[in-house]
Amino acid sequence: MSTVKLTVNGKAVAVDVEDRTLLVHLLRDHLNLTGTHVGCDTSQCGACVVHLDGKAVKSCTMLAGQADGANVTTIEGIAKGDELHPMQAAFRDNHGLQCGYCTPGMIMSAIDIVHRHGGQLDEPTVRQELEGNICRCTGYHNIVKAVLDAAGRMKVSQAAE
Amino acid sequence: MYQTTYHRASSVDEAASLFAKGTEAKFLAGGQTLLPVMKQRLASPSDVIDLGKIKELIGVEASGDTLTIKAATPHYDVATSDAAKKAIPALAYLASLIGDPAVRYRGTIGGSIANNDPAADYPAALLALGATVKTNKRSISAEDFFKGLFTTALEDGEIITAVSFPVPQKAGYAKMRHPASRFALTAVFVAQTKSGEVRVAATGASQSGVMRVGAIEAALKANWSPSAIDGVSVSASNLLADIHGTAEYRANLIKVMAQRAVAAAG
Repeated sequence: MSTVKLTVNGKAVAVDVEDRTLLVHLLRDHLNLTGTHVGCDTSQCGACVVHLDGKAVKSCTMLAGQADGANVTTIEGIAKGDELHPMQAAFRDNHGLQCGYCTPGMIMSAIDIVHRHGGQLDEPTVRQELEGNICRCTGYHNIVKAVLDAAGRMKVSQAAE
Repeated sequence: MYQTTYHRASSVDEAASLFAKGTEAKFLAGGQTLLPVMKQRLASPSDVIDLGKIKELIGVEASGDTLTIKAATPHYDVATSDAAKKAIPALAYLASLIGDPAVRYRGTIGGSIANNDPAADYPAALLALGATVKTNKRSISAEDFFKGLFTTALEDGEIITAVSFPVPQKAGYAKMRHPASRFALTAVFVAQTKSGEVRVAATGASQSGVMRVGAIEAALKANWSPSAIDGVSVSASNLLADIHGTAEYRANLIKVMAQRAVAAAG
C-alpha cells in the first residue's frame, strides 16, 4: 500500500491504494468519481481519458502512483457550477451523444484537441485527432460537429476572459 | 494485475540500485505497453521502477550534426520539438504517427526501443539513421541493439538514457497503419547520410523484427528516386504472415512504403 497525493478537480486528496491500482480505479472506486469510464481496459477506447497536468491521457493505462503530485481533471471538474463547459454544452446542443458511455472521454480528449489546435480545427483534423476514442454507437458525425462548434465557443470564452 | 511494488526513481543511479534490490524488477517509462501487458497478467514484475520523472532523461537537443533524444521523452514532445522538426523532420513525423494522442503524451522513445515490438515505429528510424543508443553503461549502435522480436542487446538492469541520431542529408518515413492498433502493418524509413550512404529499414514486416532492405538501398544509391524501386524484387521469405496480410503482401508494401518515403524525403 502507498499513499498517493494528488489534486483532483482542484481539491488536494491523499488516498491509500495498493501499488497495482490504476489511476482510473483510484478515481472511480476511492473518490467515487464515476464519470470516468472503463470501456475496453486495453488502452484502445478512450472512455477513461482524464487530464493529467493539462494533457489528455488514458487513466486505465497509468498506475495511480505515477499520478502522485499531479493535477488531475475529470469530467466532473470541467463545468463551472451549473454552467456547463463549452464542450459539454456543444455536445448537448449537437446531440453529440447517443448511449453516452464514451462521452466523458470524448469530451476530455476534445478539450485537449481544441487547446492544441486553437482556431486551426477543421473536420478532417477532428476526425483524425479523435482516433484514440471509440464510440460504439458509431455516432461520430455529431461528435465531430460538437467539437467544431465548441472550438468556436472556447475561442470566444477565452477571448472574454 | 498481480501485486507489485511501485517505486519512483529520481535519478538513473537510484533507478539502477532499486532495480538491483528487486527480485524481478522492471523499468516503467510511459507504461503504454508494460501496463497493458501487466493488466493481461502476461508480466508480473515484483517491482516497477518508474523512470518517467527523471529530469536527466527528458529532452530533445540538437548540437552540430547530432540530434539527441533523451530516453524518457514522450512521443508528443518529439513530434512537436522545434529541434527535431528542424534537424530530422522525418523523425518528428514518425513520432506523430505512434498510437493516438493520449498514448503519445505518455509513451517514450526509450520504452519503445527497449520493448522492440516488431511493428513499432522508432526501431526503423534508429536503424535507417544509424543511431546510437546510450545507456548508463555504454553506447550501442542501432545495428547491434535490435536482436529480434522483443529482444535487444540490453543487459538486465541496464537503463537507456538517450538516443543520438546523426543528422542525415535526407530522410523520409512512410507507414501503412493498422487501422485498429495503429502499429505499422509495414513501414519504411529511408535515409541518405551526409557521406552519401543510403540506408533503408522496414518495420512491421519481418519475423525477426526491424530489418535493413539491401536491395532497395542499392537501387536508391544508384538513383535516389521512387521510380528506382520499381524494378526491385523484395523477397517474402522470413516476412510476417497473419490475418492482416500475407508475406507477399508485406514484401510489396515494403516497396510501396519505400517509394512513398523517398518521395516524402525529396
